[in-house]
Amino acid sequence: MEVFIIYKIILVIVVFAISLGVAAYSTYGERKVAAFMQDRIGPDRAGPFGLLQPLADGLKMFMKEEIIPSVSNKFLFILGPSLAMLTALMAGVVIPWGGDIKIGEMVFPLQITDINIGILYIFGVVSFGVYGIMIGGWASNNKYSLLGALRASSQMISYEIAMGLAIVALVMTTGTLSLREIVTQQSGNWVNFIYQPLGCLIFIICAFAETNRAPFDLPECETELVGGYHTEYSSMKLGFYLFAEYINMFISSAVIMTLYFGGYNLPFQNYIAQYIDGNLLAILQFLCFFTKVLFGIFFFMWIRWTIPRFRYDQLMNLGWKILIPLAIFNILFTGVLMYALGKV
Amino acid sequence: MQLTNRKKVVSKKEMSLSEKLYFPAITDGMVITLKHLFKKSATVKYPEIKRELSVTFRGQHVLKRDDEGAERCTACGLCAVACPAEAITMEAGERKKGEEHLYREEKYATIYEINMLRCIFCGLCEEACPKEAIFLTDRIVPVDVNREDMVYGKDKLVEKIDQRVDVSKRQTNEVLEFKKDKKHLHNQTYQERKKFIEASRFHDH
Repeated sequence: MEVFIIYKIILVIVVFAISLGVAAYSTYGERKVAAFMQDRIGPDRAGPFGLLQPLADGLKMFMKEEIIPSVSNKFLFILGPSLAMLTALMAGVVIPWGGDIKIGEMVFPLQITDINIGILYIFGVVSFGVYGIMIGGWASNNKYSLLGALRASSQMISYEIAMGLAIVALVMTTGTLSLREIVTQQSGNWVNFIYQPLGCLIFIICAFAETNRAPFDLPECETELVGGYHTEYSSMKLGFYLFAEYINMFISSAVIMTLYFGGYNLPFQNYIAQYIDGNLLAILQFLCFFTKVLFGIFFFMWIRWTIPRFRYDQLMNLGWKILIPLAIFNILFTGVLMYALGKV
Repeated sequence: MQLTNRKKVVSKKEMSLSEKLYFPAITDGMVITLKHLFKKSATVKYPEIKRELSVTFRGQHVLKRDDEGAERCTACGLCAVACPAEAITMEAGERKKGEEHLYREEKYATIYEINMLRCIFCGLCEEACPKEAIFLTDRIVPVDVNREDMVYGKDKLVEKIDQRVDVSKRQTNEVLEFKKDKKHLHNQTYQERKKFIEASRFHDH
């Protein structure tokens, strides 16, 4: 029992540290990717290739003066970024990072907890994220913040529907809500993207909208709303909001890879597994998953530095008039196809 | 009249299905950004790597000395008159006996100041100068934190005897050719002129 608890605590700390580390270096990666795509160099002054830039940025955030507007609701003002950070970090709990590691008789799966409603859990936690933004924007007592928060909440609620409907179709084909089971189903098999291309596309688009990334970054569009919901924030509270966005990006990239692109499964895994040790395979699986996730993050950045922002009515049109009908059609189509193929 | 051939006819036709889908356009854009990812960056890492300046670059001024090290400027004031930004001020003084090695002619500038905040680096002072005394060089005026220090006096403008500033880039071939013509007093060295000067002095008395 003690071993179990210690193992879980270690796993939690490791996942926590990895999430923060990846998020920190995503900021560096974002700036580098942006620079390269614009034929520039990007940050290169702090350390070799500017690798210490995230540390310098973090230090700057901590050193800045902390301003809490006198007209704001102080409790909610602090609660906003805390909630954003908390919900961003909570989603990593159910993601399977790799196979099982066996030490003697004990089996340690590389997943904090495998709850049988993993998808619903992620969905619930992600939809909590809107509270952080909404509370922060409202507590600032600033019209730009409020408009940004309104945009964020309406956008997130709209796109959550399409996202949920896309997942329904996936759950129909997999027949389970547990993320680990979804991944094991994909091992030595076609990845879910082959079965659910439309659902995958809708899910990815909605993931962009949920994480407030370009082209759906209306809640914080600088050109219209100063800074959006975090206009009044300074110091590390602003840092938390920005950081939460990168953690969200990491987590949603991990979720996309888990659900649609085979999770931690290696290519030709069954073939490789005959030759190597189980523990080594688990480590390889973790590395493979990590590579996939990093590519996902790169994809997020790639899109951001390619596509301009949507107009607000275009955003709502896309969400309600295109994505939701498409997702419903996808469910119907999947159902009919499964019935026709005798899978039900 | 057609001035350029860049005119584009705007039409508000209905978008085709592929345009409405938006995905072909996104893929095109992403291919373009991906191509740029592997292109050479255009950045010049400035403090370490400096770009080559144009040969006609006009930077900080220099007040030249002649070959013997005497200042060429005679404080005639033509540069100050020519200056459109009114950046140049000077005060003239008379050369005393024994200062021939310091000042080329009888009159010289005791004070010569250029306000670098007013100067627009047009080069008209250089063009106006009949004595080839002032030139603009390829040195960049460094920044400062107060206005007073941006008014450069003779200490910063006159070239040091042991650190001559090369201005040959600012002189056209015609000028360099003309300078070889020694029948003009202007082009002679002090030693060459000495005879003439003494002769004229004798004549005056």
